[in-house]
Amino acid sequence: MTEAKPGFSLTSLAGGTHAFPAGGPSLVVFVKEDCETCNTAAPVIEALHRAYGDKLQVLMPSQSGEASGVFAARHGLTFPVLDDAGCKTSFDWDIEIVPSVFWLNPDGSVLKHFEGFVRAEWQALSAEIATSLALPQAQIDWDALPAWRPGCGSRHLYPEIFDRLRAEASGDVLRARRIDIGEADDVVEFMFDQGFSDGLPLVPPTPERVLRMLGGTHRAPQDLIAVVPPNMGEATTEKVAINAVMAGCKPEYMPVLIAALEAVCTDAFNIHGVTATTMGAAPVIVVNGPIRDRIGMNKGLGALGSGNRANATIGRALRLIVGNVGGGKPGGVERSTLGNPMKYTMCFAENEERSPWPPLHVERGFNKEDSVVTVFAMTGGPVHIVDQESREPQQVAGSIGLGLESVFLPKLRNLPVDTLLVVCPEHIDTMMSQGHYTKAQLRARIQEVTSRPLSEMVASDTSGAGIPKATAEKMGADKLKASAPKFAGDEYIHIVVAGSDAGKFSSTFHGWATGEIGSQSVSRKIDLG
Amino acid sequence: MTTILDPTDERKPVARQITARTGTLSGTIGLLDIRKPRGNVLLDELERQLKAAAPGVTVKRFAKPTFTKPCPDDMRRDIAGQVDYLVEALAD
Repeated sequence: MTEAKPGFSLTSLAGGTHAFPAGGPSLVVFVKEDCETCNTAAPVIEALHRAYGDKLQVLMPSQSGEASGVFAARHGLTFPVLDDAGCKTSFDWDIEIVPSVFWLNPDGSVLKHFEGFVRAEWQALSAEIATSLALPQAQIDWDALPAWRPGCGSRHLYPEIFDRLRAEASGDVLRARRIDIGEADDVVEFMFDQGFSDGLPLVPPTPERVLRMLGGTHRAPQDLIAVVPPNMGEATTEKVAINAVMAGCKPEYMPVLIAALEAVCTDAFNIHGVTATTMGAAPVIVVNGPIRDRIGMNKGLGALGSGNRANATIGRALRLIVGNVGGGKPGGVERSTLGNPMKYTMCFAENEERSPWPPLHVERGFNKEDSVVTVFAMTGGPVHIVDQESREPQQVAGSIGLGLESVFLPKLRNLPVDTLLVVCPEHIDTMMSQGHYTKAQLRARIQEVTSRPLSEMVASDTSGAGIPKATAEKMGADKLKASAPKFAGDEYIHIVVAGSDAGKFSSTFHGWATGEIGSQSVSRKIDLG
Repeated sequence: MTTILDPTDERKPVARQITARTGTLSGTIGLLDIRKPRGNVLLDELERQLKAAAPGVTVKRFAKPTFTKPCPDDMRRDIAGQVDYLVEALAD
């Protein structure tokens, strides 16, 4: 015995109300007027109704609104054709195809169910009903009917209808506060007024869109993904999905966004400090692994720029979550002196296919087939390094080093500060022109060409930054002759490959305070369920 | 009507809030007549009572070109630059 189908009460074309179950055996057939197979089945259903009369309640929920009357008249139907134009009953019964046929017990449990028009199935159904009711079989010219015709898709599965029905049935799924916006209010303007925006228009996060977005992850809507500073707001999957809708994400971006959010909300990354610093830091998200191509991320031409939906909206959604759920808003906890455009979005994929090196995530201990996000707190960039002349590996690596002089201030060295270096394919080709040139060699070359005597760091009339004069005097001339590279260690130099094949322009992101008092880069494997 | 889901941590109400009240009455108050008949009568009386209740305040009068259309942008900016508060006499 199957589970009983949900009860319903629908209005017929004639105006009466018909309830299911009604206390006797019934035949319920879902149809729509423009389905040819439903039109094939209609005379058969009418014949069954005439043959079995009051002993079998025949009900026909029709999905076609006003056209249901046309359908009933076309076939001279004398049983109740019911109005299911909103498709709620079709949704509740979870059908897929019309005609969808149910022969049911008086308690609403299903005796038999099939879809479409397979003549043998209908013929068997007629015989079984006759037997069960102890009545002669309905007289139907079966040979005049087609042997087999597939049905049509149920109308309730049309995306715009299905999403609405799902949203209406989602009381236990969506728990975020619902905000009703009056007819006279412009939704987009309302969202600006409420401070939900980063300054650009947002996609309204309707329940339908949010449910669709939640379909992109296996995480349950009320799972806690992260507690987001500075307000320690709770980012559930649902809240993540709401902000993802507003940012313009597709559902399949959700796993990347969730991993990025988990990464920035760690103690190591310290999104509170990244948000609050007057220096104006922002998360830079690098994506590695198979997910890059699966969701259509840009790793090639213009990878750090505009034009790619995944790159643009994943980074934007992360920033919206920090602002909306975490409460990190400019002028509030966010105190950047100047800010920077990365505070809108900064997310790109590594061009692993164009790289001769282990990709970033492999360097950081993951398998190549893992999909991984890595987040860096960066205050500036991308800053170009232009070298179109070098033809020797050591030359182009040297230029890249010189290009990094400007991190913080050219004069400052020995910095415990991250940089994220994005090497372009043409610079890669030059580096590889005389054999394999490793990332370690590039890091060493950067440190080599940026090394200068400490004496050049002493505060002077040109610039008061660096080693205070009094400290320098205490150090003495010999100590000041010692040389210091740009970065306090090779580990501060993070290297990825991105960009198109044409152009000798690599680029760098400049970091913020790196380490326990500032921010440390964090990698997170993307949970693809 | 459109329904959206709250993207925040929901610690603040989303309904539009009235501007915080200062608890004192000072500065310049604008009285805007939208040009519905007898709006001026209402505002005359309001001006008289305001001056009596708060002698220190300055009252400035404004009138929209017509009640049938929104206040022109230039006029809105002009009023915003001149007053601390604005009372709009709606109609009828």
